[in-house]
Amino acid sequence: MSLRRLWAVARKEFLHVRRDARSLGMGIAMPVLLLCLFGWALTLDVDRVPLVVWDQCGSQSSRDLAAELAGSRYFALRGRAGSYAEIERAIDRREALGALVIPPDFDRRLWTGRGAPVQLIVDGSDANTATIASGYAQAAVRGYSQGVVLREIRRAGLRPPAPPLDPRARVWFNEDLTGRNYIIPGLIAVIMMVIAALLTALTVAREWERGTMEQLVSTPLKGPELVLGKLLPYFAIGMFDVLLAVLMGAFLFGVPMRGSLALLFAMAAVFLAGALSLGMLFSIVTRSQLLASQMAMVLTFLPAFLLSGLMYAIPNMPAGIRAVTYLVPARYFVHLLRGIYLKGVGLEVLAPEAALLAAFSAAMIALAMRKFRKKLT
Amino acid sequence: MPEARPPGASPAVSARELSKRFGDFVAVDRVSFEVAPGEIFGFLGPNGAGKSTTIRMLCGILSPSGGAGTVAGCDVGREPEKIKARIGYMSQKFSLYEDLTVEENIDFYSGIYRIPRGRKRQRKEWAIRMAGLAEHRRTRTAVLSGGWKQRLALGCAVLHEPPVVFLDEPTSGVDPLSRRRFWDLIYEMAGSGTAVFVTTHYLDEAEHCDRLGLIYRGELIALGGPAELKTRLMREQVVEVLCDRPAEALEAVAAVPGVREVALYGAGLHALVGDAEAAAPALGARLAAAGFRPGRIERIAPSLEDVFVSLIEERDRAGGAVPEVER
Repeated sequence: MSLRRLWAVARKEFLHVRRDARSLGMGIAMPVLLLCLFGWALTLDVDRVPLVVWDQCGSQSSRDLAAELAGSRYFALRGRAGSYAEIERAIDRREALGALVIPPDFDRRLWTGRGAPVQLIVDGSDANTATIASGYAQAAVRGYSQGVVLREIRRAGLRPPAPPLDPRARVWFNEDLTGRNYIIPGLIAVIMMVIAALLTALTVAREWERGTMEQLVSTPLKGPELVLGKLLPYFAIGMFDVLLAVLMGAFLFGVPMRGSLALLFAMAAVFLAGALSLGMLFSIVTRSQLLASQMAMVLTFLPAFLLSGLMYAIPNMPAGIRAVTYLVPARYFVHLLRGIYLKGVGLEVLAPEAALLAAFSAAMIALAMRKFRKKLT
Repeated sequence: MPEARPPGASPAVSARELSKRFGDFVAVDRVSFEVAPGEIFGFLGPNGAGKSTTIRMLCGILSPSGGAGTVAGCDVGREPEKIKARIGYMSQKFSLYEDLTVEENIDFYSGIYRIPRGRKRQRKEWAIRMAGLAEHRRTRTAVLSGGWKQRLALGCAVLHEPPVVFLDEPTSGVDPLSRRRFWDLIYEMAGSGTAVFVTTHYLDEAEHCDRLGLIYRGELIALGGPAELKTRLMREQVVEVLCDRPAEALEAVAAVPGVREVALYGAGLHALVGDAEAAAPALGARLAAAGFRPGRIERIAPSLEDVFVSLIEERDRAGGAVPEVER
């Protein structure tokens, strides 16, 4: 392998990128845009669920209950309803995701100790939000009802008994359960996967389509020199993207970074080398820009998005799909980034993922080099 | 059709029964020839005849299906990578990077060919001067005219001063003045001992070559110097017929017994006949009878075009009705 030839290719490729607004845009603007878009939109937290209240009782206690819900960050009161028809209309128009119905005898039953039912209606067409919202509402109502019980006991001059079980849940690594802290590190991994593969998917195919490759294959240039030379400029762009993403994570999204930045960048470098080589492999095998970029989109974006553990926890997947996730390199990088970001752990814990990621990258580089043929077909 | 060579001089290019099949289609059919160092070898033929396929096999970028060949002493089938260091190849599209400047293109190929540091500068200046681009060093090649691009592409392909140069239709789409200049460069290279293998379908360019090969439907049907082809290979004789309304006279001429082929040529007609002495009076009589006013009718030396038309017609007759194959 000649470093001089490798460098000649890298320099040329760098000039292409610098002069091509489209690839610069894709290389730098797109990851920033995607991170903003998904960072803000893709939140698994459910808060400020819009709620309407049908208070048929209209007493002090029924107003207290409604206020209890409205006062939490989980619900936002969107008005009052006077009938089930009105509730239905509000949910249909998506003005509300749920409704609280307080029956007319609420107050009476509460003070006579007969147990006062309240009804909670949740729009189940968004199952995830419905589950979470009804959980919140039940907790809020339970809290309210416990308060009532305690007050009654005290009023009777008794000492309230200790609850039989007293769970003290503490959340580690993401104390305030901010979904964003969990999403952003994984998102960086997935975005880098897609961008990297798309960046290189065009390079080799473009040269075949424009005819410059016919010239190149007639020179002493070797496959590894071409592959590595073409990777270099995109690798630089990719690392710059990672830097941007980390800065955005820290300053825009306020995601805490507990682990080693050096380890993060080292892992990003390993991952990028593999993802870029995968994109180039598509380019080498198809010799068509259209086909290669479609392959890069479908074969990296979907698995990275769905099977990397970014959106859906891998342990919850069926065994068959779980087995497939081992083939998704983004899975390892998502795991690594979350470990470094949220837990601050190092290689002592992450070694298996790091090793598998390195194996993937080495395989992709080797495959791209081997598959490049200096022959026409 | 081997020719006598000075003893000891090994050919720069040699092909022995070189063949290429794409599925059922035979693109190149057992082609054999040699090119000596310092020789300009013109490879002629209609589009799709197998010119580019042959050149690609010799450059080591397309594997032959059969036969053998050597280029600069290296085997086409077994040592394609060795060949690539010893040749300059210019493909049909001038393969420059259009978003790069003149200098950047040269620097790139200079790196690819690993021109020694000491010679780098000198070769770069040579290429720029040769292409006439001294004023446009930092111009992106996209905006250069065809002639400039073509000379720059040649310069890039021969930066490493290879002993053999392959040019695939280098002058297509280039103005006549630029074509003239380009041929001067070819002469210059050949003069310094480089073997130049050039494909073209311009017959006037073929006249500039030392030797010619005519390829038709994958087969080499003629091989020799331009003068030799015109005299030795031509079975028919050419009679030039000048008359008024030559386009209308075409049919009348074709109907004369002994006329095998007739074609418009400049202001008159060229008729291929077996015996010019016998045919000339008959032609004059037929034209006069058909109401034309025949002018000079005489045997002329055939042009290369006459030769090739005659050879191709002959091949078609011999091969029967060969179906037209689109590539």
